[in-house]
Amino acid sequence: MISVVKPGLLTTVQDLGRFGYQKFGVVVGGALDRFAARVMNSLVGNDEEAALLEFAQLGPELRFEADALIAWTGADFGARIGGELLSADRAVRVRAGETVAFGAARVGVRGWLAVAGGIEVPLVLGSRTTYRRGGFGGFEGRPLRAGDGLRCGDASEWARRYLGKAPRISTWSVRPPTLGKPPLAGAVRAMRGPEWDWFAVEAQRLFFANEWTATKDADRMGVRLAGPELPQRASREMVSEGVADGVVQVPAGGAPIVLLPSRQTVGGYPRIAVVATVDLGRLAQLAPGRTVRFEEISVAEAHGLYLARERDLNRVRTGLARLAL
Amino acid sequence: MRITPVGDSALRIELGERIDEATSQRVHAACAALDAAAIPGLTELVPAYTTVTAHYDVPAAVAAGAPVDDIAGWLSARAELALGKLSGKSARKAANVEIPVCFGGEFGPDLARVAAHAKLSPEEVVKRHAAAHYTVALVGFSPGFPYLIGLPPVLATPRLAQPRAQVPAGSVGIAGGQTGVYPLATPGGWNLIGRTPLRLFRPEQNPPVLLQPGDRVRFRAITREEFARQEAAR
Repeated sequence: MISVVKPGLLTTVQDLGRFGYQKFGVVVGGALDRFAARVMNSLVGNDEEAALLEFAQLGPELRFEADALIAWTGADFGARIGGELLSADRAVRVRAGETVAFGAARVGVRGWLAVAGGIEVPLVLGSRTTYRRGGFGGFEGRPLRAGDGLRCGDASEWARRYLGKAPRISTWSVRPPTLGKPPLAGAVRAMRGPEWDWFAVEAQRLFFANEWTATKDADRMGVRLAGPELPQRASREMVSEGVADGVVQVPAGGAPIVLLPSRQTVGGYPRIAVVATVDLGRLAQLAPGRTVRFEEISVAEAHGLYLARERDLNRVRTGLARLAL
Repeated sequence: MRITPVGDSALRIELGERIDEATSQRVHAACAALDAAAIPGLTELVPAYTTVTAHYDVPAAVAAGAPVDDIAGWLSARAELALGKLSGKSARKAANVEIPVCFGGEFGPDLARVAAHAKLSPEEVVKRHAAAHYTVALVGFSPGFPYLIGLPPVLATPRLAQPRAQVPAGSVGIAGGQTGVYPLATPGGWNLIGRTPLRLFRPEQNPPVLLQPGDRVRFRAITREEFARQEAAR
């Protein structure tokens, strides 16, 4: 059991998302950096789909009622147990009665905390993801509040064996390049969107040349960027259709919006570009006022990056499996 | 038919250009054909007015034999093959659903506005809205929200200039040439003409929606008393 001492801001239970129901208008959701969630679950011996906590800007304070193995990543939240700082991207041993406290995010915005055994909440439509607007999934369909008690599932055999001899903080860590962490080094890679040809040549040039600023208008559905207007060749009305994570849509006002996992299932704005899956997690870390540039790549290149990252994760898993034995 | 990528995780399959009944039928037939073909790697099909968006999983496609340098092409070719013999028929039997609606009053605060715009009496608006046959073209915007084809053109009314912060669940609305029902209390700018006591979205059930893409819909006017009775009974 984990008691929520302070909830932080928008701390929710998430997994990899609710799949298979988009045709019924049900948003996918899930951790805004799915790869980070998969890696953190791997570090504590969980299945990738195990539920974990996501928080934004201000992290929670959690009291652990039993010994636990945890791992966290994301922005620099200055996580600590008492006076002891807890490095990110490592397995951390928490003893019964200890409180793990996250502070305010520096540089980035979001963080994720995995616990061996996963956060135990009921499956709704095949997922433990919180869908706030619909009021279902996760912990009672809402962000956590002080006084909530979270149950954990059974830790895996690996986690229990590792916990038996684990130091406070693991001597090993995953290499940060494996994870989409702030600060945002380099450009975010993106492909031309389905309505690329609708935009004026100058708009096409600007999209990839301009440095875009993240606005305060950002949530789990998407991030609105400020910058020059992106005019269309001719005013055209689009018929609503399915969208995808990373879609960069441009409403009539001209300011692009990048869609994140809690996006709607369909949209009716022209899409100038689509961000590569491997770079999506970095967009979840865009604090208001920070800037981002886009670099054009092909669909095949994006698939290559995706597969290379999967191989990275497989190496991490293989290494971990050997570690405890 | 044209298939183009939507980034590195989805394909867009175009089956027409205009919002009409024939295109909608092709869209739903295409979904059925793609479902039946069980193409490895395709994870979700999202039908809309003129398109199907097919989401895919990259490692699953590669595991099934897709060449790593042309995963999208490999999936497109299989989709084209599956859609080659596309008939006008949808495999899933479309359900006929009747939606009871209490029109006007506090449930339909914009009925007078729609009537004025159509130059009809409110009673005539209700009569024509309930007499029409509708098809669910797509479900989106919020869970279970049906976009219907079949609104009599005379009832088309522009959206509200200022959207409402909260539209009550069950509200039946008109926006331009579209009509639909709000399954959840959400913000919205459609003209509200009535409310149904039915629950269109129910996450504890599978499928979690009353209306699925392709279903046929009729509206039936009910009294306040019948609304109250049905709401209490659900």
